Amino acid sequence: MNEQKVVAEEKKPVQTVIVDPNFEPQIVALCCTYCAYAAADLAGSMRLQYPANTKIVKLPCSGRTDIIHILKAFEDGADGVFVAGCEEGSCHFVSGNFEARRRVKRAKQILDQAGIGGERLEMFNLSAAHGARFAEIATEMAERIRKLGPSPVKNKAPQKAVTA
Amino acid sequence: MIVAEQKALEKIQEMIKPYKKVLVMGCGTCVTVCAAGGQKEVEILASTMRLANQVKGTPQEFAEKTITRQCEWEYLDGAAEEIKSSDAVLSLGCGVGVQAIAERFPSVIVLPGLNTQFFGLPLEQGVWAERCRGCGDCKLDRSAGICYIARCAKSLQNGPCGGSVNGKCEVSKDIPCAWHLIYERLKTLGQLEALDEIIQPKDWSPSFAGKPRKITREDLRITGKAKA
Repeated sequence: MNEQKVVAEEKKPVQTVIVDPNFEPQIVALCCTYCAYAAADLAGSMRLQYPANTKIVKLPCSGRTDIIHILKAFEDGADGVFVAGCEEGSCHFVSGNFEARRRVKRAKQILDQAGIGGERLEMFNLSAAHGARFAEIATEMAERIRKLGPSPVKNKAPQKAVTA
Repeated sequence: MIVAEQKALEKIQEMIKPYKKVLVMGCGTCVTVCAAGGQKEVEILASTMRLANQVKGTPQEFAEKTITRQCEWEYLDGAAEEIKSSDAVLSLGCGVGVQAIAERFPSVIVLPGLNTQFFGLPLEQGVWAERCRGCGDCKLDRSAGICYIARCAKSLQNGPCGGSVNGKCEVSKDIPCAWHLIYERLKTLGQLEALDEIIQPKDWSPSFAGKPRKITREDLRITGKAKA
């Protein structure tokens, strides 16, 4: 019974797209300062266009990403999240980007279990010189989330964490 | 340390279903180290359940609290207010923690969020292995510091059995034969003659198979409570 309910609600966003063609997804980008953050900066300097709803959070390394950061972003209303770290083999801290990838994988499973959908989360690798690639990633992610529709968490009464 | 594993999310959700205000309670000792029920796991679990409830539209409130140890009255008393003000406590402590809450707060509903597994150690980050069964009659002096009770699938006292192949147990190729390990270590220590001596049948009465165990140290009891 519950499973059927979850499945039905997972399909809901697709219907919402038809209802609301003006949906602009809110995307949180967890960016490593050595690559993605610099690449976003470069994209700006190059006057490249990318979705304005991409909210960048600067991290000292993509390996700083924790599952809780991703979940909190969704709790606070993000429609999608992406983690962007250095190219494999180029991490400033040797293996931070590999650790980020493993956590993203686990977080995807958690999002699936929660009924949000793991496809709303992605991990990308790029270098500081990839300004155009950053704009491409941000656009790609926005397109993906637009197709999926708003996060099923939205428009529900917010349940804030009670810190006991 | 005590090693535990989190229960499946569906099982936890099923358990807490009847309760509106749930306190997800972590323990800062063993289960923090084995990444099953520390502050971080409390945050992740509570957040996951909040997200799942928002998707389903289930009204349920989750409070979060992690104390140093769930198995000591003093730390539990420090969280008494939060424990008493919730409809149920989902304990991410080991089985001892869950029972300590139940014992200290008779009117509070407490549910286990973990499956307590064994006494073990982390072989590496993210991998834990059993090392002790708490049998109450330690014989590690007879086996070069390698426990045949915990690490031999048959808990053989005089091994190995015929199932030991190339140093691996017949139960699984991933399990090293405890008696092979003992042999190798005794060889390194130059004490292979220890194997000539047959280990006599074990006294299982102080073990888990006997009765609920209890240790009393009169020298440590607070004066007034101690019986001479």
